Amino acid sequence: MKVFNKLLRSIGSSVLAFCSSVGRIVIFALNAILHLVRPPFYGREVLSQLMQIGFYSLPVVGLTALFTGAALALQIYSGGVRFSAESVVPSIVAIGMVRELGPVLGGLMVAGRVSSSIAAELGTMRVTEQLDALVTLSTDPMKYLVAPRVLAATIAMPILVAVGDTIGILGGYLVGTGRLGFNSNNYLQNTVDFMELEDITSGLAKAAVFGFIIALMGCYHGYNSGRGAQGVGKATINAVVSASVMILAANYVLTEAFF
Amino acid sequence: MITVQNLHKKFAANTVLNGIDMQIEKGQSMAIIGGSGTGKSVLLKCILGLETHDSGKIFINGEESSKLDKNKFLSNFGMLFQNAALFDSLSVWKNVAFRLTQGPNKIPEKQAKDIAIEKLRRVGLTPDVGDKFPAELSGGMQKRVGLARAIAANPEIIFFDEPTTGLDPIMSGVINELIREIVVEMGATAMTITHDMSSVRAIADKVIMLHNGRVQWSGDIKELEKSQNPYLNQFLKGNAEGPIEAVR
Repeated sequence: MKVFNKLLRSIGSSVLAFCSSVGRIVIFALNAILHLVRPPFYGREVLSQLMQIGFYSLPVVGLTALFTGAALALQIYSGGVRFSAESVVPSIVAIGMVRELGPVLGGLMVAGRVSSSIAAELGTMRVTEQLDALVTLSTDPMKYLVAPRVLAATIAMPILVAVGDTIGILGGYLVGTGRLGFNSNNYLQNTVDFMELEDITSGLAKAAVFGFIIALMGCYHGYNSGRGAQGVGKATINAVVSASVMILAANYVLTEAFF
Repeated sequence: MITVQNLHKKFAANTVLNGIDMQIEKGQSMAIIGGSGTGKSVLLKCILGLETHDSGKIFINGEESSKLDKNKFLSNFGMLFQNAALFDSLSVWKNVAFRLTQGPNKIPEKQAKDIAIEKLRRVGLTPDVGDKFPAELSGGMQKRVGLARAIAANPEIIFFDEPTTGLDPIMSGVINELIREIVVEMGATAMTITHDMSSVRAIADKVIMLHNGRVQWSGDIKELEKSQNPYLNQFLKGNAEGPIEAVR
């Protein structure tokens, strides 16, 4: 009975801790959104973050998309050939990349790169009293640090994913025409023919949501980082893990919404 | 003038401030001394609004701090942090001019840079330091930059949190002298938190000693050495034996 009670207590406290974390994250997110619409605005910070989050993530997103598109073409071909449906390769590569793999894999890769970087930066600022210094200089850290990062990531992710989708389709095209013997014109024609506007908009909408999640998790964990190097390290891990899990969960919810 | 009345602050079950009463007159330089964990930094953070106190009142120039507009309230303050807390991503001059280039009262960048360079000169740094980044500076230079940032907007009140921590005795002396000169020159009200008695003797007009979240002793700097207060004497002499329990 004692062991059972202990187990229940442990489960109860974990559930409470989880609920309290969710509550804190929601309040933090609402606060960040509020600061996005209330002046003063730090346009220069937003531009700088667009470069940091968007431009410098292009190589990692591009390479991920290229190899994913290429592998996808091979996999679909090897499945399709079993019931003489090889011709669907171009359209499924395109739809798969645009609706699902582009935003999700792009999101996960950017989460690894950007959430960790934001959490480490803000965590270090917390530990070295730079956040307190900002307050004493009459500057709200939520407005100066969090809001520009959240806005920049929400804008940058759809752009990154659009570029990634294109490169992913190119990866499929290169494998399709170079390795699987597709005719170049037919491949491109099939890619375009079966694509609908909703495929593209749903993928880009997902990307915007993932961008918001990535920056929010980085900022939340960095802003509330514990003391010392260990605190910053933990904040960084938590940022990447929570951003990744939330991206996958949000992906399911959004896919249901766009289904 | 800063007035603190019956200030209390707890972190979970740990009472850090247990009814602090103190007053710093306009233009006065007050040093707050005490062992580690006696609530000195928490007191400073409560006055600045970086921590919320549980009960008690803080008045700045006669007005209760919690009722003042935060930005207006903070515009009266300058603060030198223990490790300078310079923004790594900004150049030195941008650090110094930070307050001048943000918010509703911001001034043109060129003008802000000129002021920053002037303040850097005031703390003994050459203009070329302005274009460097904090990571390129020594600890002493970072403290000077922090000091320049604290005085950039000519605040009425300046706080110094352990201004000489991590510096060699000569550099500590230089920083102490600079602080004293600047405070006198600006006519600012100053509050310094420190363990370093040479800082206290160089900077302070008045001293408060905190222990167990309470004011154990307060008085004029001239009375410091003559005091018979056992807590203060133990602290000044650095004795392990006395009313302050030392963990060995």
